[in-house]
Amino acid sequence: MAQHQVNYLKDGGLPVALTTIDKVVNWGRSNSLWALTYGLACCGIEMMASGASRYDFDRFGTIFRASPRQAELMVVAGTLTKKHAEFIRRLYDQMTEPKWVISMGSCANTGGMFNTYATVQGVDRVIPVDLYLPGCAPRPETLQYGVMMLQQKIRRESASRAQKPKRLM
Amino acid sequence: MRAYTPKDNVQKKPYYTDRYWVAPQVAKHDVSSDDVFVHDLDAIKAKFEVLDAYIQVDQMVVIINAHDNFAIIEMLKNEREYNQLSEMSAIDWLATEGKFEIFYQMLSMSKRKRLRIKCKIDEKESLQSVEKLFRSADWSEREMYDMFGVVVNNHPFMKRILMPDDWEGFPLRKTYPLQGDEFAAWYEVDKIFGKEAREIIGPENRDPARIDRYDTERFSRLGHEVPRGTDITNGEPDTPLVYQEPEGVFLIEKFDAEQSVVISDRHR
Ligand code: SF4
Repeated sequence: MAQHQVNYLKDGGLPVALTTIDKVVNWGRSNSLWALTYGLACCGIEMMASGASRYDFDRFGTIFRASPRQAELMVVAGTLTKKHAEFIRRLYDQMTEPKWVISMGSCANTGGMFNTYATVQGVDRVIPVDLYLPGCAPRPETLQYGVMMLQQKIRRESASRAQKPKRLM
Repeated sequence: MRAYTPKDNVQKKPYYTDRYWVAPQVAKHDVSSDDVFVHDLDAIKAKFEVLDAYIQVDQMVVIINAHDNFAIIEMLKNEREYNQLSEMSAIDWLATEGKFEIFYQMLSMSKRKRLRIKCKIDEKESLQSVEKLFRSADWSEREMYDMFGVVVNNHPFMKRILMPDDWEGFPLRKTYPLQGDEFAAWYEVDKIFGKEAREIIGPENRDPARIDRYDTERFSRLGHEVPRGTDITNGEPDTPLVYQEPEGVFLIEKFDAEQSVVISDRHR
């Protein structure tokens, strides 16, 4: 039988902590980052691998959702074509505030090797990006580290006010 | 000792040959060398004008007039057992001849033969659709229109297939720049934010090797992270990889590298 891992007797037996509202809200936000499934190309495979059992994103509270209305994190994994650019913007607009974007891989960062007429040269031309992950493709460890970095960033933010409008480069 | 080679007049000789390897032309054979193709060609010649015909790499190439394309392919399908159109598209010869070359690659399952029908059309000329004979031509002809701008008549849905509907230009033409023209460069900006946003967003960075090593506004080096906007032209300190804030996070146990276990048996 599985051992119960939560130690209720720790901290004097009380599952209560005193903190500021910001901290509590940000703690909650940062540990339940629901990500929109956004695999556009080969990087999407690595994103799926991060979600699958070996790397197991669920233990960070990062669960992939297929609807932008349930998601607050968009992992743009792959090559964004110009034809698709308007749809990524539409989906980004449909996500509820607060929202964050991870640009995963060279293609999403800069267009990568697709220096052609049909590829958007970096998703930051269309949506504001919080975190750029280098690599072609970044390994799941990189994405995990990126998500942890994003969690740190969220914990630093002020939770009480609406998100400041993000700069679009 | 090296063998003596006369050195007089060395200047006059070219000291290099062709820089690039020039592929030799694939040999063209006479159609009479294959007894299946001979009959096919005779059947075509009986009804239509054939400009040229030869065998290359065991495939017969028949060059015809563009206005005969539907009738010839219909005949090949119904009478000569060429029951598959495996590929069709255009080739851009606008620069040299002012024409597009259209090819239809056909396969006969029963005869185990491949045959290619070719014809040439002018830039503004349109072509008869073969979609009624082969469903595979549906998307191929749309792609041909999308990429080359060759309009096909009697097609059920003559619309772009790969590029967006409001795209300008035909990307596979030799005159189309690889990195796109003005319209392509601003396509997503114009469409999403409008033309007035061009100045804010700025032109595309088309130099994939451009890296600003000292840009801390947008980038941080793993293992050398500094606060945003710090000037790092004089080097930056090493920072260990941290997954959490040093003081820890509420309710989350801090990972202790000392206690980690490396699994050496990967089949466990
Ligand atoms: S960065 Fe590499 S792996 Fe990722 S989508 Fe582009 S080509 Fe594929």
